[in-house]
Amino acid sequence: MFDGYTSSELMSIFAMQGFAGLSLFSVFVLMALGLTIIFGQMGVINMAHGEFMILGAYTTYLTSGFFQSYLPGLFGGYFFVAMILAFLVCAALGALVEWLMIRHLYHRPLDTLLATWGLSLIMQQAYRSIFGAREVGVELPEWMLGAFQVTDLVELPINGLFVMIIALSIAVGLYLLMYRSGYGKKVRAVVQNRPMAEAVGINSAGIDRATFALGCGIAGVAGAAFTMIGSTGPSSGQAYIVDTFLVVVFGGAQSLIGTIVSAFGISQAQSTMEFFLSGSMAKVLTLLFVIGILMLRPEGLMALKVRR
Amino acid sequence: MKTSSPMKWFVSREGLYYLGLAALLVVILPLILDPFRLNMVGKYLTYAFVAIGLVMCWGKAGILSLGQGVFFGLGGYCMAMFLKLEASTPEATAIQSTPGIPDFMDWNQLTELPWFWEPFHSFSFTLLAVIGVPVLLAFVIGLAMFTRRVGGVYFAIITQAIAAVLTILIIGQQGFTGGVNGITDLQTLKGWDIRTDEARNILYFVCVGMLFLVLFVARFVQNSKLGRILVAMNAQETRVRFSGYDVAAFKIFVFCLAAAFAGVGGAMFTLIVGFMSPSFIGIVGSIEMVIFCALGGRLSILGAVYGALLVNAAKSGFSESFPELWPFAMGALFIGVVLAFPNGMAGLYQTYVMPLEDKIFKRKKVEAVAAAEPEATKPVAKKTDDYDPMIDSYSPEKS
Repeated sequence: MFDGYTSSELMSIFAMQGFAGLSLFSVFVLMALGLTIIFGQMGVINMAHGEFMILGAYTTYLTSGFFQSYLPGLFGGYFFVAMILAFLVCAALGALVEWLMIRHLYHRPLDTLLATWGLSLIMQQAYRSIFGAREVGVELPEWMLGAFQVTDLVELPINGLFVMIIALSIAVGLYLLMYRSGYGKKVRAVVQNRPMAEAVGINSAGIDRATFALGCGIAGVAGAAFTMIGSTGPSSGQAYIVDTFLVVVFGGAQSLIGTIVSAFGISQAQSTMEFFLSGSMAKVLTLLFVIGILMLRPEGLMALKVRR
Repeated sequence: MKTSSPMKWFVSREGLYYLGLAALLVVILPLILDPFRLNMVGKYLTYAFVAIGLVMCWGKAGILSLGQGVFFGLGGYCMAMFLKLEASTPEATAIQSTPGIPDFMDWNQLTELPWFWEPFHSFSFTLLAVIGVPVLLAFVIGLAMFTRRVGGVYFAIITQAIAAVLTILIIGQQGFTGGVNGITDLQTLKGWDIRTDEARNILYFVCVGMLFLVLFVARFVQNSKLGRILVAMNAQETRVRFSGYDVAAFKIFVFCLAAAFAGVGGAMFTLIVGFMSPSFIGIVGSIEMVIFCALGGRLSILGAVYGALLVNAAKSGFSESFPELWPFAMGALFIGVVLAFPNGMAGLYQTYVMPLEDKIFKRKKVEAVAAAEPEATKPVAKKTDDYDPMIDSYSPEKS
């Protein structure tokens, strides 16, 4: 498939597609981070994760509308308000869902998968009834328009760059939270050995709820960031969910670094192959490759060693 | 479970359940429904094949596959390829630039039949492929996963990804597969027009017949020693392994069995509906198949049939009158079944209806004992002959 390209052309193609893949990378990281802490913590696969993300996106859409009509002077900064709101809304809903549904199903991980799928159907249809089936977009503040010219072939849109910065700062923040805070220590204790963690007085049910809410909150922020690079429709979340699961599983559940590495690998592979093959074949090959690796190494790239 | 004679089995409690289903499908529904509705019931029943497979695979052995649509689709596509080739004779396709190949290939500038379409000229090969292709794929997946001890949620996610891959592949390679429209405009099966009302009625009864065949195979497996091992494996995998059983082999077997059922269902689907398209087999379709099984009762093969019928009937009913409410109902169904009734309708039936039946049956049993002397002298032993759709109370899966 490389026939007919000189090596310098190939280099620029790789660079160009590499940068194009970065926006896919940001979406993967943003979605996968929330998913991975929920999965790592409780072994629960949250099928409604995409819908939580879309909830964040709609929150951003509403906030931008509010700022446009009532606070036009502050429009440049609405995104930061929206991000916080998206986090709070999604985290609150996440905590509610955990309390109503997930906590009854901790011993049946496969059943949570089905129950959260049901939730995702309900949420999608709710969006469709409230916001309509059409995709909505937000108006970007002025400072986010335009692009950086890196070389004459490669230019980086500022909004894409901004989303990537958000993705990476959330990743860093999450790392600090998990590995440098008391809460993180408790979470890791529960992950490694739940009965022992309970025995030393950690409220594991509380940790579960907080973690689920946190994961959903991050999904909300992801949704807010998502509005910056694409429009939002009721089923936008579902479009990414399978890829995101694979990112999480491929990276090794419970491993933040693994998640980021696998998000990077998958998005870059897909984006690079898209240039040479059709988009659908690129996706098929990427997915098959990931499935193949998972068959050889089921625990994922960077698995936490846990005694089971 | 031993039945001394087929006749006796039919008057046993389990036999009556099967007779009840047969009466519903063979007598009652054909009498009260017009051909169009009956055809729709036939379509729902093809999903029941998948649901029965899921009972064996998920309910009994604890392997949740979110990619059963893949096998359903492969079976369906195999059948559709045969029918399409039969419909694409050089005479019928004379206006194409390449006569004799399916119309969508001509639209996509293909000039000859792809190699993997060639064998589907033969009907016997097609029948073989309807079961063989899904089983082969299931075997490969199972071999790769179960021998590496991939299970639980990981297996579910990977099967879901495989469903995504197959859908993308079918949609992307439209020259070879008909793309997003699927393989349409199927007309005859060995010269027999499948589109007439009469043909559809016959196909409905063929489908019911196949369904019972599959039910009996599933029942045989479930009541054999093999079935007990599957259940044991679900509850205590390590213990079964330490007892000397090759857990992976049993898992591969039951996964292949479920795939074979799904393949047969897919082929019947193509015949009954008259086309096959990727929309039935993707991620959403595959996960809906799980709810048929879950609603009916994940441990009951008969429940799976009723589950598939009910969910699909409800879906058509809702979609006709309140299309926007259906996703809410479906979502509530997923959550409700999982949270409140993990054993589905069969579980409810067992808890609430069976005690009533017991009262009635007890009275009858006295007469039966009197009639069928020496064998039925011990009512305690007789008890084990009673059909128990649960076999085992629900056991939580290990993480």
